[in-house]
Amino acid sequence: MDFGAINPVVLVASLMVAAVPIMLAAIGELVVEKAGVLNLGVEGMMIMGAICGFIVAVRTGSPLAGFAGGALGGAVLSAIFAFLTQFLLANQVATGLALTLFGLGLSALMGQGYNGIKPPVTGPVPFGPLADIPVLGRILFSHDWMVYGSVLVVAAVWWVLTRTRTGLIIRAVGESHDAAHALGYKVNRIRLGCILFGGAMAGLGGAYISLVRVPQWVDGITAGAGWIALAIVVFASWKPWRVLVGAYLFGGITVLQLNLQAAGSTIPVEYLSMSPYLVTILVLVLMSSGRGRAGLNAPAALGQNFHAAR
Amino acid sequence: MLALEKRPNPSRFWLYATPVVAVALTMVAGGVMFAILGKNPFEVVRTIFWVPLFGEFAWYLRGQLLVKAGPLILIAVGLSLGFRAGIWNIGAEGQYIMGAIFGAAVGLAVFPTENRLIFPVMILAGLFGGWIWAMIPAILKTRFNTNEILVSLMLVYVAQTILAMASTNFLRNPEGSGFPGSRNFSSYPAASNPELIAGTGIHWGVVTAVFVVVAAHVLLQRHLLGFQIKLAGQAPRAARFHGVSPNRLVVLCMGVSGALAGVAGLFEVTGPAGQISIDFNVGYGFTAIIVAFLGRLNPVGILFAGLLMALTYIGGEMAATNLGLPSAAIQAFQGMLLFFLLAVDVMTNYRIRFAAMGAR
Amino acid sequence: MSGEGSDVLLSVEGISKTYPGVKANEDVSFAIGAGRVHALLGENGAGKSTLVKMIYGLVRPDAGRMRMRGQDFAPQAPREARAAGVAMVFQHFSLFEALNVAENVALGMDDPPPMRELAARIRAVSEGYGLPLDPGRLVGDLSAGERQRVEIIRCLLQDPKLLIMDEPTSVLTPQEVQILFGTLRQLAGEGTSILYISHKLEEIRSLCDGATILRRGRVVASCTPREKTARELAEMMVGATLNAPARKAKAPGPLRLAVRGLDAASPSAFGTALKDVSFEVRQGEILGIGGVAGNGQDELMLALSGELRGRPDSVMLNGAPVGDLGPDARRRAGLVTGPEERLGHAACPDMSLTENALLTGATRKGLTRRGFVDWRAAESFAQEIIRTFDVRTPGTRTAARALSGGNLQKFVIGREILQAPDVIVVNQPTWGVDAAAAAFIRQALLDRAAAGAAVVVISQDIDELLEVADRFAALNEGRLTAPVPTEGLTLDRIGMMLGGAHGMHSADVHHTHEIVQSEAGHAGT
Repeated sequence: MDFGAINPVVLVASLMVAAVPIMLAAIGELVVEKAGVLNLGVEGMMIMGAICGFIVAVRTGSPLAGFAGGALGGAVLSAIFAFLTQFLLANQVATGLALTLFGLGLSALMGQGYNGIKPPVTGPVPFGPLADIPVLGRILFSHDWMVYGSVLVVAAVWWVLTRTRTGLIIRAVGESHDAAHALGYKVNRIRLGCILFGGAMAGLGGAYISLVRVPQWVDGITAGAGWIALAIVVFASWKPWRVLVGAYLFGGITVLQLNLQAAGSTIPVEYLSMSPYLVTILVLVLMSSGRGRAGLNAPAALGQNFHAAR
Repeated sequence: MLALEKRPNPSRFWLYATPVVAVALTMVAGGVMFAILGKNPFEVVRTIFWVPLFGEFAWYLRGQLLVKAGPLILIAVGLSLGFRAGIWNIGAEGQYIMGAIFGAAVGLAVFPTENRLIFPVMILAGLFGGWIWAMIPAILKTRFNTNEILVSLMLVYVAQTILAMASTNFLRNPEGSGFPGSRNFSSYPAASNPELIAGTGIHWGVVTAVFVVVAAHVLLQRHLLGFQIKLAGQAPRAARFHGVSPNRLVVLCMGVSGALAGVAGLFEVTGPAGQISIDFNVGYGFTAIIVAFLGRLNPVGILFAGLLMALTYIGGEMAATNLGLPSAAIQAFQGMLLFFLLAVDVMTNYRIRFAAMGAR
Repeated sequence: MSGEGSDVLLSVEGISKTYPGVKANEDVSFAIGAGRVHALLGENGAGKSTLVKMIYGLVRPDAGRMRMRGQDFAPQAPREARAAGVAMVFQHFSLFEALNVAENVALGMDDPPPMRELAARIRAVSEGYGLPLDPGRLVGDLSAGERQRVEIIRCLLQDPKLLIMDEPTSVLTPQEVQILFGTLRQLAGEGTSILYISHKLEEIRSLCDGATILRRGRVVASCTPREKTARELAEMMVGATLNAPARKAKAPGPLRLAVRGLDAASPSAFGTALKDVSFEVRQGEILGIGGVAGNGQDELMLALSGELRGRPDSVMLNGAPVGDLGPDARRRAGLVTGPEERLGHAACPDMSLTENALLTGATRKGLTRRGFVDWRAAESFAQEIIRTFDVRTPGTRTAARALSGGNLQKFVIGREILQAPDVIVVNQPTWGVDAAAAAFIRQALLDRAAAGAAVVVISQDIDELLEVADRFAALNEGRLTAPVPTEGLTLDRIGMMLGGAHGMHSADVHHTHEIVQSEAGHAGT
């Protein structure tokens, strides 16, 4: 393999950017799954976030408004999922798939006329002299605020889930909705809140793709990032900090294979471009085969609907 | 305030009424969407649902209906077996592609030999291609407890990359002056899947689809294996108590759905599509998921659902050419249909009661 | 009424609650005095649970009212009930296995202190009441008795005025019951009222100051339990005289089932592995296997049914090794089983009774031909079960979930017995079943043994085992004691076989001895 043409500093700096969308989507989905809900519609929510964010940013000229719009778009789509699964008790797997199919179609529809437009630029955070530190400055202090924001979100989710009463209640609902109901917790409402948060995070991640990563609008722009985010939750064993590790790992693979392609590596392009998906499968196998106590992190009520009978 | 109350017995009425109500609601909601797009909603709905069947070009479009419905039904029947057993193969698109590539590769390897056995062997290769691609998530699930949803889905992206390689590289037409895409099977009779009765759209894939519907119906209604599939989906522990091996069922259901998706791909590439090209697949593998649910995971239901979904494809194209409706609108419309179906489905097992506020 | 009048804590006046098709409670009235232990007595389905759910704010009554210390009391949510001083220990625990003790306790409190402080208080209170608990342990790793302690401590930390206990002793060994009663008397002595729900008559007679008896949602009697005999209480509760099952003494026949050195890992994360389990059952004999919940009963059932497989010779049926065979092959060889969980394990809730008859009857009743199902034969088998076992149902097309617990259990047990097996193994055959159905099922098992089957009954109900079994063995942490004849077996001996009091450190055992003794003194006064 030829690494000669690839600058490791640039590689690390760009993997941090590449990791942002999947990190946001995965941390949102982690909260949803901790509450016992399996929302397979991450891909659909991300792409809705991507188009909504793009449209808002182009119309207003403000990237900030764009990100807000992206989060809102993802949350609105997740609200459909929440309504179907929490109030009409629809199958979560089927509803999640429907969300993805619908999101892909609707985003393509909304994106008509937005192809080929450049969105407003999201600039790097001005760190002043810090950015000029050799190596570290490029890696740590040259990014836009979303790169730091996504890490903060992971930290916040970790803090809420492990250190606060809200987090305890979310975990309890995901562990046993019957017991939580018996104690008087509103299972469906708590899950609704988590689903909306997950939708907003997926939307935010999607908006980052169309506003920063690419940055323009193309149909099907998320290209499976939502599914990789779902895999990262499994990889992370439902632990927030491991989502960070997983996202950087996948970000790294994506960036590396792109760099190898650009550097004219001897490996055929096709093998490189299928590598993130193959690595995802490999990681899933490694994480799933270790059974027993490690599996305890998986919420016991994951994917089961709750209906208060009597 | 509305409250749901579980029915002691599933409602037979709603079992059959659900798809009809869902289609009706989708027409209403879709109409609103078309209106927002600035189209006359009645005109669009009429173009989608009426014109292909009874309009000016109905003689041609009715045949196209079967062409589109064939692969959808083939794939959806396979998927429905797994879905019933709680085994979620959502990578049919990848299996469809791999079946096409395997089958086409066999045919192209012996070009231009003329032999009656070529097409049957290609069918076997198509079945095998889809089967082997579905075996990857199946074996990983049984051996390592890996989530089959994510693995089968990831393999779609891998299959698409392989398809790109096939059409630009190892299956490329050597006489194609560098353009991507394989030889066209329509000019290679021994390996092609022509229209069997002119003007009807019926090709071997459609015939196979009808046969598969009947076989699946008998399996589910009359055979112990069908009972076991239903049991495993509704009560996994009861299935183990009965004596079903969960792993065997995973391998079986994934294998059958993969093989059917693969053979659907083979029929498509040798018939309507004509050649391996980067984008010969048009998402049938995903749409079939909607078809499976719309048909209530019932083979006969899937037959009708496949025809209806084919209608929206053809009608969508009509609306695109005649009324300028964006083609993405029809994709959103199909997604909506699945939403409404899942929403109305609650009526089968629950009844809605109007309860006083606060009381429960 | 019975001396509770002067200082009434809670009074329930004319409460009614109707669910679609069922009158759960109708015009129910009673009162509990401060510092009193009051029993709510009734069979399964008599309306006890609905009543306490209304007191706890989980369900709201259709009519009637409640008063707490003379004030109107109408909790809209458990939070409001807790604020008024009501605490509840649930029958099916409201616990979270993957969370630790302190987190579980915090979830049941409305305003918990910081975790570190809470842990200290859990330690202090649990030691003070003789119910030792480690706040940092995962609840999934605790025994059933210890889990109940978590629930009780959760209640006690809120300083309740009224403590509701729903069937608390069903998961305890006799020794643990004595410890619990000591705690409850200590609480009552401190002024806490206790509403004690049970169908166990002797317990109520020894513990409670007053009792309200419910039948089909109505109050049928109020009394002071000490002044009544257990038989009188039973007749008030059931409304009819029940006959103990008839059994004929018979010499045991040839060896049918032999289990030798059976080891099995549990399929669930918090399950109990079986360790070197051995026993034998002969034709015409009933072996009772007792044990507190979670000591390996489910795993033993799975290992016998064939859902868990092991060494071929670990399970010998009529002298042939079947330990490596699956459920269907074992049925063919003559071994049938009836698991504890009716809905979802023994039967498929959404399937019809015909389909559920096919579920286990396919092989022995010849309901399939070359893989194809003979639905007519399956339906007539279902009809045979319904007729022979008096299953109340509109027909064979009814979904299993539509049947009441007792009727479905009769269907499940009947389905296995009618296959004329050589060996039948059942787990908790009368759990959650009304008294008439329970008596019917026990009689059916006795009859099947008399007709030439070897029967294994796994149950947590000691009274049931003493009633039907010829020999008794106990499961404790996955190990089985050597079986002993049930005749002349004392409750104390059974308690020791079940493992005595679980999770008591030596110092605490000493402590509980004091409580048990002081309680014995208390009872004497």
